[in-house]
Amino acid sequence: MNIYVLMKKTFDTEEKIQVSGGAIEQDGAEFIINPYDEYAIEEAINIRDEHGGEVTVVTVGDEDSEQQLRTALAMGADKATLINIEDDVEDGDQYTTSTILATYLKDQEVDLILAGNVAIDQASGQVGPRVADQLDIPYITTITGIKIDGDQVNIEKDVEGDVEKVQTSLPLLVTCQQGLNEPRYPSLPGIMKAKKKPLEELELDDLELDEDDVEAKTETTDVFLPPEKEAGKVLEGEIDDQVKELVSLLRTEAKVL
Amino acid sequence: MSTILAFAEARDGELRNVSFETIAAAKQIDEDAQVVGVVLSDQKTEALADEMIHHGADRALVVEHTDLKEYTSDAYTQAAMAVINEEDPAGIVMGHTSAGKDLSPRLASKLDNGLVSDITGIEGSGDETEFVRPIYSGKAFEKKKLTDGVTFVTIRPNNIAPLEKDTSRSGEVSSLNVDIKDLRTVIQEVIRKTSEGVDLSEANIIVAGGRGVKSEEGFEPLYELADELGAAVGASRGACDAGYCDYSLQIGQTGKVVTPDLYIAVGISGAIQHLAGMSNSKVIVAVNKDAEANIFNVADYGIVGDLFDVIPKLTEEIKALKV
Repeated sequence: MNIYVLMKKTFDTEEKIQVSGGAIEQDGAEFIINPYDEYAIEEAINIRDEHGGEVTVVTVGDEDSEQQLRTALAMGADKATLINIEDDVEDGDQYTTSTILATYLKDQEVDLILAGNVAIDQASGQVGPRVADQLDIPYITTITGIKIDGDQVNIEKDVEGDVEKVQTSLPLLVTCQQGLNEPRYPSLPGIMKAKKKPLEELELDDLELDEDDVEAKTETTDVFLPPEKEAGKVLEGEIDDQVKELVSLLRTEAKVL
Repeated sequence: MSTILAFAEARDGELRNVSFETIAAAKQIDEDAQVVGVVLSDQKTEALADEMIHHGADRALVVEHTDLKEYTSDAYTQAAMAVINEEDPAGIVMGHTSAGKDLSPRLASKLDNGLVSDITGIEGSGDETEFVRPIYSGKAFEKKKLTDGVTFVTIRPNNIAPLEKDTSRSGEVSSLNVDIKDLRTVIQEVIRKTSEGVDLSEANIIVAGGRGVKSEEGFEPLYELADELGAAVGASRGACDAGYCDYSLQIGQTGKVVTPDLYIAVGISGAIQHLAGMSNSKVIVAVNKDAEANIFNVADYGIVGDLFDVIPKLTEEIKALKV
């Protein structure tokens, strides 16, 4: 089975966000694999181990993205592709990324594509469904379970807390939700092996795309931080009195009850 | 005059609140536009269409089809594309719900169009409209606009106030027949886990528990409080990882990002990842044994104490209010 994982690098969740010049300050930030993409990588490896085949992790990024691809290879993916757009694209959006990925994937034999359901930075959740639409294959978002039997696929999908059991078939794109699995940490032998695994680097030219083909359809005009929240009132006295005071404050001062 | 489509979302034959918020958003984008409430459902579409008009839609368009009972990407894409082709809209507004998140990127792809997802505010109007949306789970915000094509956005529930309901409003309701075929996914079963509770993303009040709740049973006092308040119950990652509750309840950088009027954090220390998911709530109450807990830095009101003492007392106090 040919399995592809769409991966994005994101800020480490521990990072504090700073803004300078109308953009998020990237310098010095730690990057990780988007946590939802880790579920996708883990699931891809499990499916390959059960059904055979190969896992290729693909990312649209810059030369630093190699680090996260190596981590994915160390987890157990077989191959990686870095589509480096650093020199070609200045302000891409989800249209940009999905067009690049779909163009790349159209030339591959694809049975299953896994992606995170959302990236924790831009959080649009658009790229997976857009890629599936461009490839004209079905997709299921926010999956928490997947069983493959021949061409038939049985999925459990999270719908705002409810579970839908869905049947569909390959080829297919799914986006992964928390609860699907417990992503492994790369082992030391895994890290050693990852250094020798194939990592292909492509640019737009290699996909016969130029900048205009992938020009963003949206524009970011400003980035700003939310107003700093002032520390509030910690109540004092006996617990019974505090509870009474709290309810009274919520009614009269905050007016939320 | 331009047309903006405001997509309703029906669940079990009732419209979700976000449906009305899409109308208000459409009016904010262009107050002169004709706002068309779009209802895709397997039943009661006329009644639902009237409700959209009562909430400010100028007219309504319905597609009624048995394949629209549960949301599936294939069926809803075909129905929505038929509506879009019929109306040739200047704008499209949908809820950023499970279905809206799934459907909107595919429609945008079909239209070869941009999409600004998960907006919480609208500034300016017409071609200059800018959309505010949280990024990095609310640690920052960005303003975006569409560079050309259809003004296509999804709105986060609970952030854009719906217009006043007016049952005397009337408008034309038309119906569109759509041939739905070649469905590639089949929903075999829906297991309801949330039937008793209030949906987290639309809740006005949330009671959330963390590691301090200590066990699955420890969540019971939180559920009792939530019942009294008409609130939804949520959790921190710590509580989910420890197995006290389902991951579907998780609030934070992974998990749901919520903005209720009142957020009551119980036994939650306030890790940065959790704060990202809730710190834009309007009023935050923290209950924690540890006076040094980070959660107190974002809380409007804090009680330092044992949650198993505080929460039942709070529940009683709320009950007393109603008497």
